[in-house]
Amino acid sequence: MATLAFAPAVFVPVARDRATIVVAAIAMLALVALPWALNWGPSALFRALGGQTALWPTLIATLVCLVCAWRGFDRATAAVALFAVAWTFAAGFAAGVAGTSFGLGAGVALIALTICFARAVARRGYFNGDATVAAIVVVVAVLLLIFIFFPVGKALVAAVFDSQGNFVPRLAAERLLTPDIWSLACLTGGTRCGVAVNSAMLATIVGIGSTLLGLLLALVVQRGGQRYAGVTKLMSILPIITPPFVIALALVVLFGRTGLVTGLLDTWFGIPRSRWLYGLPGVTIAQLITFSPIAFMILNGALAAISPSLEEAAQTLRASRWRVFRTVTWPLLRPALANAFLLGFVESLADFANPIVLAGNFDVLSTKIFFAVAGAQHDPGRAAALATVLLGLTLIAFWLQQRWIGRLSYVTVTGKGDGGVPAQLPRPFWLACFGTAGLWIVFTLACYVIILIGGFVKDIGRGDMTLTLHHFSEGFGFAWNGLLPTFTGSAWDSFFTTIEVAAIAAPLTTIVGLLSAYVITRHRFTGRRAFEFLTLVSFAIPGTVIGVAYIVAFNVAPLELTGGMLILVLCFVFRNMPVGVRAGVAALAQIDKTLDEASSTLRASTTRTLREVILPLLRPAIIATLVFSFTHAMTAVSAVIFLATAKYNLATVYIIGRVEAGEYPLAIAYSTVLIFFMLAVLLLVQKLVGETRLGRRAATAFATGH
Amino acid sequence: MTPSGTAMETTTTGGVVFDGVSKRYGNVTAVDYVSFRVAPGELVTLLGPSGCGKTTTLRMVAGLEAVSGGRVLIGGTDVTLRAANERDVSMVFQSYALFPHMTVLENVAYGPISMRKSRPEARELARAKLSMLGLADYEARLPSELSGGQQQRVAVARSLVLEPAVLLFDEPLSNLDAKLRRRVREEIRELQQSLSLTVIYVTHDQEEALAVSDRVIVMEGGRIAQQGTPHDLYDAPQSRFLADFIGDANLVDGELTVHGAVATFAAGGVAAPVRADGRSTGPATLAVRPQRLRVVDAGQGVLPGVCKRVSYLGSRIEYVVATAWGELLVFDPDARTPRPRDAAVSIAFDPDAVIVLPR
Repeated sequence: MATLAFAPAVFVPVARDRATIVVAAIAMLALVALPWALNWGPSALFRALGGQTALWPTLIATLVCLVCAWRGFDRATAAVALFAVAWTFAAGFAAGVAGTSFGLGAGVALIALTICFARAVARRGYFNGDATVAAIVVVVAVLLLIFIFFPVGKALVAAVFDSQGNFVPRLAAERLLTPDIWSLACLTGGTRCGVAVNSAMLATIVGIGSTLLGLLLALVVQRGGQRYAGVTKLMSILPIITPPFVIALALVVLFGRTGLVTGLLDTWFGIPRSRWLYGLPGVTIAQLITFSPIAFMILNGALAAISPSLEEAAQTLRASRWRVFRTVTWPLLRPALANAFLLGFVESLADFANPIVLAGNFDVLSTKIFFAVAGAQHDPGRAAALATVLLGLTLIAFWLQQRWIGRLSYVTVTGKGDGGVPAQLPRPFWLACFGTAGLWIVFTLACYVIILIGGFVKDIGRGDMTLTLHHFSEGFGFAWNGLLPTFTGSAWDSFFTTIEVAAIAAPLTTIVGLLSAYVITRHRFTGRRAFEFLTLVSFAIPGTVIGVAYIVAFNVAPLELTGGMLILVLCFVFRNMPVGVRAGVAALAQIDKTLDEASSTLRASTTRTLREVILPLLRPAIIATLVFSFTHAMTAVSAVIFLATAKYNLATVYIIGRVEAGEYPLAIAYSTVLIFFMLAVLLLVQKLVGETRLGRRAATAFATGH
Repeated sequence: MTPSGTAMETTTTGGVVFDGVSKRYGNVTAVDYVSFRVAPGELVTLLGPSGCGKTTTLRMVAGLEAVSGGRVLIGGTDVTLRAANERDVSMVFQSYALFPHMTVLENVAYGPISMRKSRPEARELARAKLSMLGLADYEARLPSELSGGQQQRVAVARSLVLEPAVLLFDEPLSNLDAKLRRRVREEIRELQQSLSLTVIYVTHDQEEALAVSDRVIVMEGGRIAQQGTPHDLYDAPQSRFLADFIGDANLVDGELTVHGAVATFAAGGVAAPVRADGRSTGPATLAVRPQRLRVVDAGQGVLPGVCKRVSYLGSRIEYVVATAWGELLVFDPDARTPRPRDAAVSIAFDPDAVIVLPR
């Protein structure tokens, strides 16, 4: 019996593909009728007729693509569409400063041509013959390449260029290997360490500290029964609604040179005022309080998943409570502990808001990069070198985390806790946990109370507690002009811009994230792992690096986006995309796969299945993702601090500006407004949708990354 | 190696042709060069233990899995490279897979709307099928408001409404309770026969397979062990595995001695006449169904033995009798007078009522 050669398992569509023809027609229409460039003006066709000859190949190729799609020549369609896109980009970059920046017409045409390419390629058997999946994967991958990999690459490469723009490779070595970055002097008696050493030290301390705190609180909550369920809820909400500098501000109010507690200590105990807060101690405390809730959620989930019956079995084998913890609970917790540590480590490295307020002379990478670009010594080359180091550190930590926790994937097996009563902790240990955790929670709540009060008193930073609404009227004052209010406060501009940008970015993030999650979890195709990796990688890139990268990459044609609102939207969309993907994966895991298959056997295309079966069942996840990407965008700072302008200012950037100018009360008042606004959004949505049914895994996904 | 498939005489148009199909996942071969045909209007069951490849085979007919080699033809057309939504095939899933957010009517109308029928027309087609299955009053309900049996009927209606060339059932009765299973399997068989549907049915329950099928294909380890009518498979299994898998069987290894048309089977020092069955002298395995053996008084049968266990099952008595041929299971329909334990008895059987298998 002859064995047939095993052909690759593929499907190839049979029916005539009308959708590709329509998309190609849209591309043609965009070239003919829509304004080509960002500054509006004539369409591509008229520009070509008017002398911009570089556009002719694009126009002709698109026409040929349309004809090939009409005739069903898949290979030709794919080839021509690919050529059109490649040529357009190449010509755009070649034109350089003299060229025009891509606008609406260019954007629509390029996306349409990419979709044509993807669909044509699918008809040859790739992507399992599924044109919809192909389109999603190719378009998202291309967008990621343009808006994550290209800018980061370009920014890092700037390290080898000098200030005149000459290519000087040895400059990179010079910039990267200075003692300024790597010196260990502070550990051996000197005054200052290199900035990378500082960042790494801080990150390690915060990683260990937040993990420990999170563990203690998780133990209390898990073993304390249902009494502390409210704590869990609180911890899961705090990181979402809190702008990243709020804790730092509260600490300054409490422990700054003129702070409340400092003042009390001076009057009551004669302890002299000092600036001990500014530097490593202050940043450490701020970051510990900010990031411990995330560690708590990870460890809480892990403890909940450790089957209590394992511990019961150990107990029936005569193990003491301590022994049970040491030999059963602890080894099972180790992966979660490693996970929490690395997450805290990465969050600390990437944190910008707390250091900018509290670091003082203690340089960390994120602030140093900021000053290299925005400060007086405008040195993009140096910023690039620092960004390389920062990115290197986060990538290493991220890689370690993925290696220890599992393969590089969103799709992890959910653990199910079974019944059974978890073991009691040994009493002294329990008291220690309870005490420390209690202290931590009280301290955290105190910080929030400070912030809430601070807006309503004259100058809480200097102890002046006279009640006043001056700060709110200064920032958010308005007058009635007939029926409509005129907004006179100084903060309204940034507030409205932030809401506008966040509201535009959130739906886009949700669409891109959920569609990507869908193809990753519901379809098998060659290159799925690579695609999943592409979407995961932007998790590892700190906001500062992206911010710098965007300024460096998008300040010249054909993608001249700096100074506008579009760049802010794009930054939010692609930075927050992994959050949408993770939420999508978690939600899709709860939808039975046979529903997709049933739909398929009922002759429905992938698009129809997506629209009629999957999306309605995903509604809670869609709403949750919308809300969380919105709040993420409202509280982001480390990336957008580079991208905000006077015309398009953002709330967080405005607040940092006030802090730098020493106007703490206004900054605090604004923070209060932000917190309440987001709390209101969150509560409103929960009211409308009911408790989000995503589960803790997705909640953890939402909490990370500012 | 047993041949993977015997050629069946069928028409080349219509029905399903599975021609030398294999499915590999990396290094694991789930389906190994399997060939069979299903004639139009036939109900063929794929039967086998877990992991034998029957569900994978069904999914390859549906187009939910792509083949690694071979061809699949439906209604005469080569559909090997077509995905599920481009094949004229419908499937009833084990979990029914009803869309939870759609009403019964919307579920059943889903197929026609996918085929671009207008909504009113789709609903009419849906209603027709729902009333055929006695569900006309339930069209506005959600699947969660239906019982298991009703959900299953909706699933069947949903797959029938497109009048597919082939209808596939993936273990449709496993989620129903035992009492319901007999009734539902009879309903399915009746429906199939009255509409002359071509059906491929997958199950691991051999009683179900024997009850509903025109032909049964038994699979093991990714290959076809035997295919034939239920009668063929029960009375003339071709291997030890098959004799044991379908129905109960006593399997005895021994020596067959053939003299012309007469044969004797000997094991453990005791010989008894059996039918020759075209076999030649040599080692053989004897397979005897428990209901073909009779427990008789000592000395009256061919095999002396002792009753080790006596179980009263209401409709029959099950004896385990220790003999020179090993412990034999015997079903006695006369449940009124069980023999006592440890009684000395004898086993008798009709020489034609046995199956002789090569060893």
